[in-house]
Amino acid sequence: MMAWLKDLLGGKAHDDSARWEPGDTLAKQLALVIDLNVCVGCHACVTSCKEWNTSGSAGPLVDENAYGANPTGTFFNRVQTYEAGIFPGTDTIHFPKSCLHCEDPPCVPVCPTGASYKRKADGIVLVDYDKCIGCKYCAWACPYGARELDEERQVMTKCTLCVDRVHDLQLAPEDRKPACVKACPTGARLFGDVKDPDSEVSKAIRERGGYPLMPEWDTQPANRYLPRRKTPAAGGEVS
Amino acid sequence: MNPAASVVLFTTIAGAAQGLVVALALATLGGIATTAFTARGLVMAGVMLTIGLVASFGHLGRKERAWRAVLMWRTSWLSRECIVLPAFIGWIALWWSMLQIGESRAILALVALVLAAVLWLCTAMIYACLRFIEEWAQPLTLVNFVLIGLSSGFVLASALAASAGESELLRASAPAALVFTVAAWLARMLSLRRNAELKHRSTLQSATGIRSSKLVQKSMGMSAGSFNTREFFHGRTLALLKNVRRVFLLGGFVLPALLVLAALLGAPESLWWLAVASQTIGLPAERWFFFAQAKHPQNLYYQAVS
Repeated sequence: MMAWLKDLLGGKAHDDSARWEPGDTLAKQLALVIDLNVCVGCHACVTSCKEWNTSGSAGPLVDENAYGANPTGTFFNRVQTYEAGIFPGTDTIHFPKSCLHCEDPPCVPVCPTGASYKRKADGIVLVDYDKCIGCKYCAWACPYGARELDEERQVMTKCTLCVDRVHDLQLAPEDRKPACVKACPTGARLFGDVKDPDSEVSKAIRERGGYPLMPEWDTQPANRYLPRRKTPAAGGEVS
Repeated sequence: MNPAASVVLFTTIAGAAQGLVVALALATLGGIATTAFTARGLVMAGVMLTIGLVASFGHLGRKERAWRAVLMWRTSWLSRECIVLPAFIGWIALWWSMLQIGESRAILALVALVLAAVLWLCTAMIYACLRFIEEWAQPLTLVNFVLIGLSSGFVLASALAASAGESELLRASAPAALVFTVAAWLARMLSLRRNAELKHRSTLQSATGIRSSKLVQKSMGMSAGSFNTREFFHGRTLALLKNVRRVFLLGGFVLPALLVLAALLGAPESLWWLAVASQTIGLPAERWFFFAQAKHPQNLYYQAVS
């Protein structure tokens, strides 16, 4: 009762110091780098993401008709499949897709309640589920379709970059990574600070030509993708 | 996009109420409105806006927290709208109350005019500020919201004036209703033409970064859909969209314009209510089409199930 009264009278829904404001440049930006060259489309990242997040601070993530003909539910991460080129010289490309934690996230300033925010400390874009009114405007404002409304809780949900895991000092250092990264059997998912030039992710982006999705909208996605590489063994030119 | 009935209803009914208030305010400032008529018109506008406000709650997942939406007015047009709409309703209530005690100051009408204009700005910018929904991100979105609101508001004001025998007001509002309806029609045709020629900036190639001229999705990652397939696809056929377009062009603009013209030329006053009825069908169809026509770039990622 008192908390909401304080929010209303204070004219804000949060502590400003912890939040990114449009125009801010952050010193640290955690992100994923996804290697399309080695992703085999096994969906292990999808299921481990669901398992961790439905049980953690972001959950529970609803499943509807889980055993029916048309099962649907909330997921923070999906693996899609594309086919490029002309048969028989086609490439099958598995394409994991989750929130890109944009450096200029269009979903944040449009939120009328301040439930949608970007952390100043590490650049993770999050939703405060206790303040979300489920108006879906942030989902409209995301060109990537990275947000999913949880049909049961009726609040917007999205990839948290396992914020309740990556900073958990109770875990062994090698486990302080998003669930999807830990689950990937081929090492197609790298995690780290893209603002640190010596991090694994920065090196991968630099050396392998890591690219952003939909650069035309200038959202500056923090997550990057590493392109396919042709190798002589696969019948291509070395690039 | 998949149009939400609550938002279609809210934006059309509030737009008409704003137009009605603009008509009443201008008539008050011009000294051609009687107090009794203005007061009745304000009650009508207040009721319409309240219906709109209640309808707008319809698309919220957590209605009990709706008050929180006023907090982020510094950055969010939606938040600004959530402040201006109740303020507008409040001002109309104040204006009505002042009329009851015999006060009729110009400031009451002037502030109502400003609030109606600001509310149009907020409502239209909610859509126009989303730069990658290219059907909406254009000045014509604001122009259309304003002109359609003025058209429906002035047609309604004229219908009320005709029924109440307010001939002095009707002499001014009737030609204005015709001008706004024709202008709204032309502006809507312009935005339809612009959107028909639109070449979207995002492609499957830019969405995935896969540089191949032939690129097709084989799987969207799930078999039975998700929020992304429910919220952003209307799932209707092109034929239905074409028919809705016909309905709104005819019912929202052409027919009302002809009826208003006939009324201007001395046809019976019942034609005004026919024009109102025609727009009651046509303009929600127009707003439905406005949402349905918008192609969200996220749809590029949701094309195939396998």
